[in-house]
Amino acid sequence: MSARVLVGVKRVIDYAVKIRVKPDHTGVVTDGVKHSMNPFCEIAVEEAVKLKEKKLIKEVVAVSCGPQQVQETIRTALAMGADRGIHVEVSGKDYETLGPLQVSKILAALAKKEEASLIILGKQAIDDDCNQTGQMTAALLDWPQGTFASELAFEADKLKVVREIDGGLETIKIKLPAVVTADLRLNTPRYATLPNIMKAKKKKIAMVKPADLGVDVSSRLEVLKVDEPPTRQAGVKVETVEDLVGKLKEAGRV
Amino acid sequence: MAARALIRGVRLGSNSIGRPRSLIFNSLHRRGIAACIDPSIGLTDEQKEFQKVAFDFAANEMAPHMAEWDQKEIFPVEAMRKAAELGFGGIYVNPDVGGSGLSRLDTSIIFEALSTGCVSTTAYVSIHNMCAWMIDTFGNNEQRERFCPDLCSMQKFASYCLTEPGSGSDAASLLTSATLKGDHYILNGSKAFISGGGDTDVYVVMCRTGGKGPKGISCLVVEKGTPGLSFGKKEKKVGWNSQPTRAVIFEDCAVPVTNRLGTEGQGFSIAMKGLNGGRINIASCSLGAAHASVLLARDHMCVRKQFGETLANSQFLQFKLAEMATKLVASRLLVRQAALALQDGRPDAVSLCSMAKLFVTDECFSICNQALQIHGGYGYLKDYAVQQYVRDIRVHQILEGTNEVMRMIIARSLLTES
Repeated sequence: MSARVLVGVKRVIDYAVKIRVKPDHTGVVTDGVKHSMNPFCEIAVEEAVKLKEKKLIKEVVAVSCGPQQVQETIRTALAMGADRGIHVEVSGKDYETLGPLQVSKILAALAKKEEASLIILGKQAIDDDCNQTGQMTAALLDWPQGTFASELAFEADKLKVVREIDGGLETIKIKLPAVVTADLRLNTPRYATLPNIMKAKKKKIAMVKPADLGVDVSSRLEVLKVDEPPTRQAGVKVETVEDLVGKLKEAGRV
Repeated sequence: MAARALIRGVRLGSNSIGRPRSLIFNSLHRRGIAACIDPSIGLTDEQKEFQKVAFDFAANEMAPHMAEWDQKEIFPVEAMRKAAELGFGGIYVNPDVGGSGLSRLDTSIIFEALSTGCVSTTAYVSIHNMCAWMIDTFGNNEQRERFCPDLCSMQKFASYCLTEPGSGSDAASLLTSATLKGDHYILNGSKAFISGGGDTDVYVVMCRTGGKGPKGISCLVVEKGTPGLSFGKKEKKVGWNSQPTRAVIFEDCAVPVTNRLGTEGQGFSIAMKGLNGGRINIASCSLGAAHASVLLARDHMCVRKQFGETLANSQFLQFKLAEMATKLVASRLLVRQAALALQDGRPDAVSLCSMAKLFVTDECFSICNQALQIHGGYGYLKDYAVQQYVRDIRVHQILEGTNEVMRMIIARSLLTES
């Protein structure tokens, strides 16, 4: 069937860490904080590896954009079964302002270069919750997209995607090449096994710069301020229903 | 995070080696995160990956069941087999017989992480690993191929049989006899306090084939179902309840000579070499419990209020927590150093392993005990995990060589050198 799948993996602050805002309010503290692979990206890698095990695709390539540390994330993908990795080097100020638009330009360029026929991404990252990269990548490539996928199947020359939408489940059939974004229930990511972690050491990670792909990573967005959510205020106790309605009217809630 | 909303309505499904979905986003399972006691500091990328798998497995497959396994005294065969699928059944056993071929340091890191999920189960897995290693290292190829693959996959489970009712610390005085008759040894005697005894399949037994003292001891592998092999009642213990402990009884039990590991008279040396690694493993299990307890104590201090402020504002408790963290890091460094010494074959390896076992099991018990104290009355309730860590690691100061025997080994090393 199709030869190559590109899987995007993002290195984010670990989900279990308590996030703290930097004292200068320009962002959150990332120094010395535990990072790991975005959980939806894990689901994306798992799906790609499953397709390879079913012999529906030939090669899984894991891609990540960022500084040296993202190689850890790529290695995790390799330990789960990806065949090789591509590290797109972005560091310093460029990395701080790296967002979905630049990443989707990079992924689009890589998809053409690697002649990938399927891109699987996590539906969103847990740090910025953008939920944009998959959609933008598809638009840039003019490829069909199957977002919020909870089921993926090959049917003849098309991809059947069951999507989780507000109204329930929607099944669509899209032609390849395509972009799919993984939702929570698509699969359960495997644990890397000790032998696979050791094999991953021998797998190659190629290094590439955005400029080599003809992509300009400068941001069109400027973050003005980052604040913690407002602390929860104490409530007020009322005696009667009339009091309650009165207070709600006062607060402009009814 | 938007992701937390997803916990609602998530099916708790999991395939054989995947993780329960609901726990992917469960922020209650803090996977060892606190900068100064972060156990991944100083590790290679590969070791960090091993540690990550072990932490994830502990948080998802073990920690949710740790209390139930303890209360109902369940030997969690399924969970251990899942662990074996990931390579945890024979971590430092040769890959050609199904092991993972990792180093002692890698092993220590893995057991330390697994132990945060359940000390008792991890400790049993470490004993199982020790037995698999002994067969791998001292067995001939036929024995290695016969036993190791099943042990590494945990198709079969193993037990280490050295201690007897009459010989604990004085292990070399053991009495279980193995008399040669044709091509079989006939075993008579009994072993006490055997972890896994009665539920495991392969018993690595130290028995007397020759004269008195250590030189008369050989090592035999006895399989469950051999006529003459029986078990005592399941002991009721303070902790380590997810593994059964029984006496192992031999009554004219015939074991083929082809089941002997190494030569006659080599048994005691094999047993002691197994224990060097076993001591690092047990100390690593104590580390995991202490690490988890420090985090539990810290979290409790941030939440519990008395005298109008959280416990975290009390300087005494801040200092207490700092001392616990310092002891934890010091212990960790000692265990990892001992692991390096053992894997590199350094001359100080045996003493260092003994020092590590002595220091770390004592310090970590003290850490867990203090964590319990910090919890106040809640620390004494079985609803809170800290008491299980305390109960489970208390025995680490006793088995695999009491901490008193560790002192003997270290003193001997100091006094016989000149």
